[in-house]
Amino acid sequence: MKRSAEVVIVGGGISGLTIAYHLAKMGHTDVVVVERRYLGYGATGRCGGGIRQQWSTEENIVLARESVRMWERLEEELGYPIYYRQGGYLVTATTEEEVRDIKRNIKLQNSLGVPSRWMEADEIKEEWPWINTDFVIGGSFCPTDGKVMPPRVVWAYARKLREMGVRIYDFTEVRGVKVEEGKIRGVITDKGEIETGILVNAAGAWSREIARMVGVELPNTPYRHEIAVTEPLKYFLEPMVINFRYGIYFTQTWPRTEIVGGIGNPEEKPGYNMRASPGFLNMYTKVLIRFMPCLRHVKIERQWAGLYDVTPDARPILGDVDGYDRFIQAHGYSGHGLMISPMVGKLIAELIVDGKTSLPIDSLNLRRFEEGKVIREANVVG
Amino acid sequence: MPRFVCRCMDVTEEEVIELIRDGVRDIQLLKRLTRVGTGPCQGKACLEILVKILARETGLTPDEVGLITLRQPVDPVRIGTLAGEVHEEEC
Repeated sequence: MKRSAEVVIVGGGISGLTIAYHLAKMGHTDVVVVERRYLGYGATGRCGGGIRQQWSTEENIVLARESVRMWERLEEELGYPIYYRQGGYLVTATTEEEVRDIKRNIKLQNSLGVPSRWMEADEIKEEWPWINTDFVIGGSFCPTDGKVMPPRVVWAYARKLREMGVRIYDFTEVRGVKVEEGKIRGVITDKGEIETGILVNAAGAWSREIARMVGVELPNTPYRHEIAVTEPLKYFLEPMVINFRYGIYFTQTWPRTEIVGGIGNPEEKPGYNMRASPGFLNMYTKVLIRFMPCLRHVKIERQWAGLYDVTPDARPILGDVDGYDRFIQAHGYSGHGLMISPMVGKLIAELIVDGKTSLPIDSLNLRRFEEGKVIREANVVG
Repeated sequence: MPRFVCRCMDVTEEEVIELIRDGVRDIQLLKRLTRVGTGPCQGKACLEILVKILARETGLTPDEVGLITLRQPVDPVRIGTLAGEVHEEEC
């Protein structure tokens, strides 16, 4: 194990890996990524793989828009198949209230250059005849939204990082952080100590534990989110179909062609439970067949769960912590970390190297919760 | 003729070995990358073969390699049934 590094990143999920990649791209390869389990363990390797720009807050829309430009080139850049497809997201409405919210969001998204548009029920019926338009009364569609195979993305970054000289230590646990008068000095792991002046907290649902080692309290809460896949089918369902009222999302995976999907459980208690529950299948399938009745004949093959790292406003926490010298936060993605990861990785790397970012991220700093400048992201599913 | 490790998801021995030699030494990551063991048989036919290949290639013991997480449902179940519909057999 290396005894010192310019930057130590805690967390081998998509957040940590993209930050490491952009640091290396900017010429900073004296970087170490430490992961307690295997890469993508807590969230990335368990997620649905959707990439969406249809958000309700400006920061998320811009981060997602810039990320899509990067997703479009990522496979070529990393030199490894990640099965990225731009088949769009259909955000469905089942009530007039949802119609109003979605139409307001389309205006905001269009003003920021995201090409979402309203579709009436008959137009949806024509395009995707399997969707139940007695229930779905309309929706917004963004053709440049899409999906990817998350574990492939993890491995694509890991291979590239190895090639660029960045060290990744998996199955290595961070036990403590050395801090002197607010200055980061090093990281203590179960395999030894690494001296560093810059620590990036990208530990997802465990970010709160890492921050406590430094003496910083985070407002993040871990929540289990469950997910399931069906048997493989002929490929027919290109877009991701979602609904905010029910918290449901589903699409067909590529290239495996199962129907993958999940639904949020408002009764879920905070914690690190990652077990799959039979109750979830009942809750999910009941809603699923209202959106797409023909799926009642398809079989569920496998279910699992992962952790959302949820902040009070469902928006990520990005940037330095006031009063500390180079303790950088990159977590709190609240279920949408993968999709915005390319741009977030680039911005955090810029912050580390240049001390400033090409897009403003001040409104996503941890201090917003103390200052009370909190605008909630409403468009969350799963 | 390719030798299949996982007949449900069409994963060949060659594909698995290539990934292990590329550095994937963990069975969970190997599963996620190939979907080996996650098809209709849920690993019943392939898991043992997969563990043997990983052990052989990495020099770990089968115990050290471990298993993938076994998941519900053990056998695939129709969505309508899970949703609580009373199902009349369609012929």
